Amino acid sequence: MSVYNQPRRRVIQMIILGMVLLIVTRLFFLQVVEKKYSKLADANAVLRKVVYPSRGMIYDRKGRSVLRNDVMYDLVVTPASVKNIDTNYLCQILQIDREEFRKRIVTAIIKNGRVRQSVFAPLLPPDMFGKLQESMYLFQPGFELVQRQIRSYPYSAAANILGYIGEVSPQMLARPAYSAYQMGDYLGMTGLEKTYESVLMGTRGIQYLVKDNLNRPQGPYEKGEFDTAAIAGKNLRLSLDIDLQVLGERLMRNKIGSIVAIDPQTGGILTMVSSPTFDPNLLTGSYRTRNFSKLFVDTTKPLFNRATQATYPPGSAMKPLTALVALDEGVITPSFGYPCRGGYSGCGRFIRCTHSNPGHASNLRLAIANSCNAYFVHLYRMEVDASKFGGIRKGHQRWFEYMSSFGLGHRLGVDIPGEYSGYAIDTIGMNKRYNNQWNSCSELYVGMGQGAVVVTPLQMANAMCIIANRGYYYLPHFVESIDNDNGEMLAKYKERHTVAHVSDTSYSSVVLGMQDVVERGTGRAAMIEGITVCGKTGTAENNAIVNGVLKKLKDHSVFVAFAPRDNPKIAVAVIVENSGFGSTYAAPIASLIMEKYLNDTISVKRKQVVKNMLEYNTLDPVVREKSKLDSLNGATAKMTTDQILNIYFRN
Amino acid sequence: MNDRQQIKLTQGIDWPVMGLYLALVILGLMSIFAAEHREGDNVWYNIMHLNKNYSRQLMWWGVSLVLATIIWLTDSKFFTATANLLYAFGLLLLLLVLGIGRDVKGSHSWLVIGGFQFQPAEFTKLCTNLALAKYLSSLETDFNKLRSRLIAASLALIPAAIIILQDETGLALVYFAFFLVMYREGLPGLLLVIAFSGIILVLSALLVDKNILFIIFSVITALVIYFSRREIKRSRSRLLLILAVWAFCSAFVMFIVPFAFTKVLKDYQVRRIEVMLGKENDPKATYNTRQSMIAIGSGGFWGKGYLKGTQTRFDFVPEQSTDFIFCTIGEDFGFAGSLIFLSLFVALLFRIIFIAERQRSTFSRVYAYGVASIIFFHLAINISMTIGLAPVIGIPLPFVSYGGSSLMTFTMLLFIMLRLDADRQMVLR
Repeated sequence: MSVYNQPRRRVIQMIILGMVLLIVTRLFFLQVVEKKYSKLADANAVLRKVVYPSRGMIYDRKGRSVLRNDVMYDLVVTPASVKNIDTNYLCQILQIDREEFRKRIVTAIIKNGRVRQSVFAPLLPPDMFGKLQESMYLFQPGFELVQRQIRSYPYSAAANILGYIGEVSPQMLARPAYSAYQMGDYLGMTGLEKTYESVLMGTRGIQYLVKDNLNRPQGPYEKGEFDTAAIAGKNLRLSLDIDLQVLGERLMRNKIGSIVAIDPQTGGILTMVSSPTFDPNLLTGSYRTRNFSKLFVDTTKPLFNRATQATYPPGSAMKPLTALVALDEGVITPSFGYPCRGGYSGCGRFIRCTHSNPGHASNLRLAIANSCNAYFVHLYRMEVDASKFGGIRKGHQRWFEYMSSFGLGHRLGVDIPGEYSGYAIDTIGMNKRYNNQWNSCSELYVGMGQGAVVVTPLQMANAMCIIANRGYYYLPHFVESIDNDNGEMLAKYKERHTVAHVSDTSYSSVVLGMQDVVERGTGRAAMIEGITVCGKTGTAENNAIVNGVLKKLKDHSVFVAFAPRDNPKIAVAVIVENSGFGSTYAAPIASLIMEKYLNDTISVKRKQVVKNMLEYNTLDPVVREKSKLDSLNGATAKMTTDQILNIYFRN
Repeated sequence: MNDRQQIKLTQGIDWPVMGLYLALVILGLMSIFAAEHREGDNVWYNIMHLNKNYSRQLMWWGVSLVLATIIWLTDSKFFTATANLLYAFGLLLLLLVLGIGRDVKGSHSWLVIGGFQFQPAEFTKLCTNLALAKYLSSLETDFNKLRSRLIAASLALIPAAIIILQDETGLALVYFAFFLVMYREGLPGLLLVIAFSGIILVLSALLVDKNILFIIFSVITALVIYFSRREIKRSRSRLLLILAVWAFCSAFVMFIVPFAFTKVLKDYQVRRIEVMLGKENDPKATYNTRQSMIAIGSGGFWGKGYLKGTQTRFDFVPEQSTDFIFCTIGEDFGFAGSLIFLSLFVALLFRIIFIAERQRSTFSRVYAYGVASIIFFHLAINISMTIGLAPVIGIPLPFVSYGGSSLMTFTMLLFIMLRLDADRQMVLR
């Protein structure tokens, strides 16, 4: 029997071998030929987790942090893991109803699928977070709390300077510049946050985790061999003085306009107020989106940074610059005088002057002190008609080049985005405007700061730096240094721009003229006890088209100044829109800013001035009524005048 | 004295089988460990507290080795003597399970004894193998007679029928392994051919529309009749046979298969078969097979290295300690490792067949062939299932899969064979 069945043994062996061969062939195709399985396996099991570094801090000139990195929590949900939880209790904590709960779960499933995490409730308010954290164990593993870094602003100030961070939009992600970001990332949208995004953001770390079948992380992939560490963002150190900024914002309340103060010796901006402003804390945290749309549609345009984006005729504040050009070109000397009898009629039009007494413009110093219109329009004409240029076109172009080098008519390059260029007319512009038929009379107003020249408050303050420094300036900027950085980004702010080579005596006549303005002239409101202030008031005429009719509006109140006279430490430009004389509003505000900065306090004697400035209200009643801003304008608007006064004048 | 006893104790043991057995069990333990171990686990703690599959498997292996030693020390006559008794006992157990069994993972096939779950369907393979060997080796049995063949077949199929009632279709399928043994003992080879044709018939019935199949059968039948018309002239019965085959095939395709699919088989079984045939793409139904294929496929040629597999370690593959244990080997050790692993099994099977053929007693030979057939069926079905060649049928990989009943049964199966082999020089049984 056994022998008889020997072939059958072979058959059985063949069956076994055949089956195994079939399996081996299949395995060969599965494991060796087909490559898709290892990709599928990685997709299954490797989780790429971005580790966010903490964003760089921003400190003011005295090392105070003007913002904080706070942690808020998102409640995230993994729909597949939501099982046997007390939905009613969760709804009660989150203050939503069951219908809303269901809706959010469905949204999460549609957006990210059942086994992936989706945000269920973003940026939980602290009390909600507290309650949730206590009872989190009831809702796990379906729900988890996830950290989210946000900014907060202890001083509630400098909103337009600092900017805000927001979620990257799909349109941005499509651009190559944003390739480092992914959906849901936050980045600087405006202000310093945007300009210095590359240093503030730090370097993201990537952690590769292995995950199990339910997407739960199980530990590092390959012992963290491919991980990269997160490196914290670099800190910015600003020239900004946050106390000064807060004071400026308070003084400017209920007014439209701006204050720019620069340290002329470095070009560092000490304060930059654009009014009306808002509490930067509104654009972080739980109600960011809602607040943003309110700010965006508000009639007073709080998101518009007037200090760098609004342009004004400089008015009389332009006159020292006109003098500087004439001096530098050698067309006058400081002793040059103009026989003004109350106006200028050299061009067939009569340009009125505030003063008519003879001799009020008998030299440069007097002309500045008395703000003689005739003198300066005449200077402009003398300059452009100077015979050494051999023609008005070359002469005007030369004038334009001066304006350009003073920083007018183009962007200065301050380190917050959205700066406007202002305007100063050049020869080509003149040719266009006057069809090639023009002479020194055509735009002679530019000599006194009206006409075809408009500037931003920042440019005005920068021009003051030129006078204060006797001929040079540094590009105005906020960031003085970046911690642990080679300073490449800041190199252009360390470069000295020399724009006029005039003798010291020439300068002193301009400077003394400005000193006279404050001590004896229109700028007396800017006097500070114990400090020699040099300033210039301006009352900028302006028009607007209202309902299709060109209408003359109330003048802008302008004041530019620097102090102290020798070795100046601060240059200021203040503009209060449509309020009236420069001496009424702009001058006192500028002087308070300078006093606070130079003396670190405001003299008690000036309490009444502060009070007046706080209470002045120059907002158009219509605009004011339509503005929803008061309820939004946090710290400053909610405080009464007395409360603010108590801060600066204790007792 | 001591020396002599030592010699006596291990005398006659077949070391190749023993070595392959040890290798497979250890590989199994390693694979279960790999499927469960997480970085930072306290392995000793887990082993001591029996709270992981690998620690329990280690314990079951201990128990199995004790059983193996007892078997080794038992006289081989005991197994021939008690074969029928054990078979009856096994059937009793199976019926008991039908009554007081417990449902585990959708099958009603488990007994709970003192906190341990036990699956008699595993154990009865051993009883059936013994009973079949006993029946075929008895002097009254003439295996050339139809009656003997029917008795032998029912010996194998009665337990299978009860197991199907317990919803363990997979394990029941294994009892068909005994037909391989019967083939070796003289069952006509035609039966194997018929069985093979039957499988093809079922597959084609599932894959091709039944009306088209009917037409195809009719055309083939017509052609066969045409080409063998001379033979048909010689004997009328040939025509009848051809017509009978045609009628059977047509009826099978037209009625039996649809009936089986709608009335006999469970929904999940139908779905699994359809998934395997590629007729259904329901991701839920294909999940097991797909994950298993991803795990094995991602191993590549050399594998990811022991404990480096991401798929098997993180629960992507369901049932990975039991039915899908081969995934761990495929992923961690790759094609090369799988090849070595399979050759261990082939070596074991060939060695068992070699042992079977050197037996002088029919009992021992039939028994050994039974062992080989059972192991082969388990191996073929289990691995085919993990690589998408067969529908998901829940049966363990011998010696490797986690499971006390399975490990003990296979250990006992093997050691009874080793005992019989050691005593092969003794009298005929």
